[in-house]
Amino acid sequence: MHRIVTKRELVSHINLFEFSAKEIAAKVKPGQFVILKVDEKGERIPLTIAGADVEKGTITVVCHEVGKTTRRLGSLKDGDCILDLLGPLGKPAEIRKFGTVLCIGGGVMVAPLHFQVRAFREAGNVVIGVVGARTANQLIFEDEMRQVCDELYVATDDGTKGYKGLDFLGDLFKERRTDRVVAVGPIVMMKTVSELIRPFGIPTIVNLIPVMVDGMGMCGACRVTVGGKTMFACVDGPDFDGHQVDFEELVTRMKMYAPQEKLAFVFYEKGGRSL
Amino acid sequence: MSKPKAKIRKEVVPMPKQDPKQRSRNFNEVALGYTEEQAVSEAERCLQCGEAQCVKGCPVEVDIPAFINLIRERRFGEAIRKVKEKNSLPAVCGRVCPQEEQCQANCTLGKVGDPVSVGRLERFVADWEREQGYEISQKSTSTGMKVAVVGAGPAGLTAAAELAKLGHEVVVFEALHKPGGVLIYGIPEFRLPKKIVEAEAEYIGKLGVAIKMNVMVGKLYTLKELLERFDAVFLGTGAGLPLFMRVPGENLCGVYSANEFLIRVNLMKAYAFPEYDTPICVGERVAVVGGGNVAMDAARCALRLGAREVKIVYRRSHEEMPARAEEIENAEEEGIIFEFLTNPKRFIGNERGWVKAMECIRMCLGEPDESGRRRPVPIEGSDFMMDEDTVVIAIGRSPNPVIQQTTEGLQVTKWGTIVTDENGKTNIEGVYAGGDIVTGEATVISAMGAGKKAARAIHEYLMNKK
Repeated sequence: MHRIVTKRELVSHINLFEFSAKEIAAKVKPGQFVILKVDEKGERIPLTIAGADVEKGTITVVCHEVGKTTRRLGSLKDGDCILDLLGPLGKPAEIRKFGTVLCIGGGVMVAPLHFQVRAFREAGNVVIGVVGARTANQLIFEDEMRQVCDELYVATDDGTKGYKGLDFLGDLFKERRTDRVVAVGPIVMMKTVSELIRPFGIPTIVNLIPVMVDGMGMCGACRVTVGGKTMFACVDGPDFDGHQVDFEELVTRMKMYAPQEKLAFVFYEKGGRSL
Repeated sequence: MSKPKAKIRKEVVPMPKQDPKQRSRNFNEVALGYTEEQAVSEAERCLQCGEAQCVKGCPVEVDIPAFINLIRERRFGEAIRKVKEKNSLPAVCGRVCPQEEQCQANCTLGKVGDPVSVGRLERFVADWEREQGYEISQKSTSTGMKVAVVGAGPAGLTAAAELAKLGHEVVVFEALHKPGGVLIYGIPEFRLPKKIVEAEAEYIGKLGVAIKMNVMVGKLYTLKELLERFDAVFLGTGAGLPLFMRVPGENLCGVYSANEFLIRVNLMKAYAFPEYDTPICVGERVAVVGGGNVAMDAARCALRLGAREVKIVYRRSHEEMPARAEEIENAEEEGIIFEFLTNPKRFIGNERGWVKAMECIRMCLGEPDESGRRRPVPIEGSDFMMDEDTVVIAIGRSPNPVIQQTTEGLQVTKWGTIVTDENGKTNIEGVYAGGDIVTGEATVISAMGAGKKAARAIHEYLMNKK
């Protein structure tokens, strides 16, 4: 059992959780994730770790309510418990001195990106940050990112705040020498960034969290094609070279259970837990 | 021991099973187990040989004639205690051991008729005990030594039970959220009900073993860190990585590894979706590629999940199938179709990225290969299409690599298995290993045998250290 030390709604339907998980907190590195299961009948879902407090013995995750499990998680309060928490899983992000790193985060994934940015700064990099969301009132961690980035840009899909879309990255790139790009967010966004950066030939790292079950290499649900080879995102990743990822296949595989996910969500919303 | 005077019946007492028509649509256990009368009647067939050959076929050396004799005398409590002297998971072994290749293959009675059904009798006494409530034998005095066991599968649980009985303090670390390893995630409910695995794990807990879930050694702690906290470590991490065919189209939606398919169904109970949250997609036509027990399990699960037609696609012929005869027979009875001497070449998807067909090639059998089985050779020009909307790849599993990758200096083979001596000792002092992580994918009982051997070696090591 893992207790929720703090739960905070950042914006509508996006929640931050601090879970009591002393041992994970002591071991986690930016880029890694946990698998959690809310209760006995729950599914195992992967969530990228957005921070850890070794002294408090807690880890932070931020999660968007998009289906039954995340909605149920969102219904929990401070002091409530979840049944299972496994981690840290996956390989840590490659953090060392690259020079100037462009870190682009979208949606809830801005929170785990923030964890990486702090590490990039500590390693002596200049960090240019970009935070994005669908629309202005869905933006999270803007202030937190501003505090740790050398400069920060804001973008929204609908242009309600900052740049509209990510096309400005092309110009930004021409002006600024960048040694590495890190894109963490929705698949479409990571694909767009990878394509925008491709002509410049700069390594672009994306963080892939596809459908997973065990999260430790046993099932292969999370397989992605990278450079023509099948990889397991859970153990070979979650970070991959965005210029090598078959995003189309990934998008298709992410939708594999969409009808069931919808069904479970509707049942849950209508009837609560039991059927 | 006195031999029974009456003429020995040559035929085994049949075990009641669920009707194939009915059972192919539910997840309840197929084999229903002996009644007391049936068990006693089967036990009476045992010749009580002076030099029992059956025991030599048992990887954990259960005193088979002795426990069968106790059943014959209706002393069931003593019978299960006799089994448990050597075997900590009898209800599991009675169900999933390949007895026909082990104890029963050596049975003297087998030369003139059916061998005594040791497995069914073992299952009977184990189930009898579970219904009565477990009796815990006296624990040995504490040795003050601490042992970590990595992996709560058959090897790890057996090693843990043996070490606890010898008075060591044992902590088992399991990466999944439930103990049992392949018993809980791999073998389906209808062959091994999960409440039985839970009960056996609970029994091991009562022996004083602490089982900690959701701990992935190699990630949360390294092996080196465990060695700082424990006097010895047993690694029973198993063979849990799925092998794929590496042919085009394998990442289409609807193509599963057997591991994913079975983990969803067994561990996550996807058959009870949406009461349980984990979904599974099973279409009308399912092809399972492979010929082992895992392939049979996946095929029979698919049928129970509502598939109209389920095929086993195997590149060799019936004789070479590694699955147990009993499981093949069960699958046949339930209406699984077998396509022998057939191998997929690629998978073809529809416009939405879902598998719709499988291009296959016919095979013939050539010279025997290193496994001793005749090597399948493709027949040029025999390609044909099979329409399938779900495919399960059940061609084997490879060793879990995390501990090997995160432990400097641990000796490993080119297949990724851990190198040990015959007692499970690795090249690192105080570290032992056993089961699939050493042998590659094998049986539950051979893993248990390895766990037991290693436990003895660990005990000896600790006593000398003391």
